[in-house]
Amino acid sequence: MSDLIDELVGIAPGDPLDALRAKRPTAKADAQATYDALVTSPSDLGRASAVERAAIGYWVAVLSSAGRLAAHYRDLLAALDASIVTAIDAAAADALTSGPYGAFPPGPLSTEDEDGLHWTASAELREAVGARLAAALEHAHLLTYRPRDSSPDALQALLDAGWTTDGVVTVSQLVAFTHFQLRVVAGLTVLKEQQR
Amino acid sequence: MSEQVIRHPEIERPNAFTQEELGWEPWLEPKPAEALTEEDYAGLVERKRADSPYFRLLVRDPVVLGARTRADNDIFYNTDSGLGRAERELSAAATSRTNGCIYCASVHSRFASLQAPSRRDDVQRLLDFGVDGAQDERWTAVVEAAVALTATPSHFGPAHVAALHAVGFDDQAIVDVIQSAAFFNWANRLMLSLGEPTPPAR
Repeated sequence: MSDLIDELVGIAPGDPLDALRAKRPTAKADAQATYDALVTSPSDLGRASAVERAAIGYWVAVLSSAGRLAAHYRDLLAALDASIVTAIDAAAADALTSGPYGAFPPGPLSTEDEDGLHWTASAELREAVGARLAAALEHAHLLTYRPRDSSPDALQALLDAGWTTDGVVTVSQLVAFTHFQLRVVAGLTVLKEQQR
Repeated sequence: MSEQVIRHPEIERPNAFTQEELGWEPWLEPKPAEALTEEDYAGLVERKRADSPYFRLLVRDPVVLGARTRADNDIFYNTDSGLGRAERELSAAATSRTNGCIYCASVHSRFASLQAPSRRDDVQRLLDFGVDGAQDERWTAVVEAAVALTATPSHFGPAHVAALHAVGFDDQAIVDVIQSAAFFNWANRLMLSLGEPTPPAR
């Protein structure tokens, strides 16, 4: 069975990191199972299509500057619809920033509120990918950089763009899971060079 | 007409980090308990999770929920070597503090205090002051690594691994720091974006 995290970090059977990951076998197997259920072999393409799933994963990886994961999703998406890759690449420059930032509910933590980019899809991007995927990319930007700014309005925007409640759950899982996946890759890549 | 979110204007939203037990209300309709199938129960992993509106919302994608839950249990509760239980909860709490998930931080700071009862004040200092709150060198290394990995893009680098090694953590423990912080970058985003915390019951 191929394992995407092993592939992206460069872990071969018998490597020290292979043994370390093997001590948490369920975490390893179910990270891959989640990825498969969300991206490679979802059971329900009605709630989110293969193109939408690959595009959202690519977008989150690009926004997070997760180079190897972004390259992987880029290949996946290009094989499905190269025009979406082009549209997302064109949108990325104006969307990149660093996080997390955002506002807390008013009170003692308000002194920690930090403003930042509230990105919305351009008319060109909306035209290229459609209103429904554009809304998901806006939501993914929110969850990537300023998750504490989440709101019922943000979910309503997804519903209004044509996502169902089941679809919103799947899109949310996809964005959130990709943030796990890219951090395991980032962390293990650093550890690989520093092992003792 | 599109589907509508559920709004809770009556909730007085918790506005500070706490170790108290908060509630959580969803902004989307959870799957009704009476509609749960055997596949859904497999996704819930433990049947009693059907009582939770959070898990009954996530069970709308049961295969993903099942994989998520089993990964969660292995990362936090598999104690075959590696990082201590308290430090795994600390990593989750530091991640949640950084992302601003008041609900997740309440659960995992409380769990950290349960695992290390003498350190409740240290945990509270993390909640009150975040990474600026002083901790001993072992907890500082864990917190700083979790916070660096939580930044977007990640700031986690060789200095964090060196600091964890220097205070005595082995590579297996560092894998646990990485996976527990990474996992809460998943969990925080779900908890923050699909509903909101409610005040402790009085």
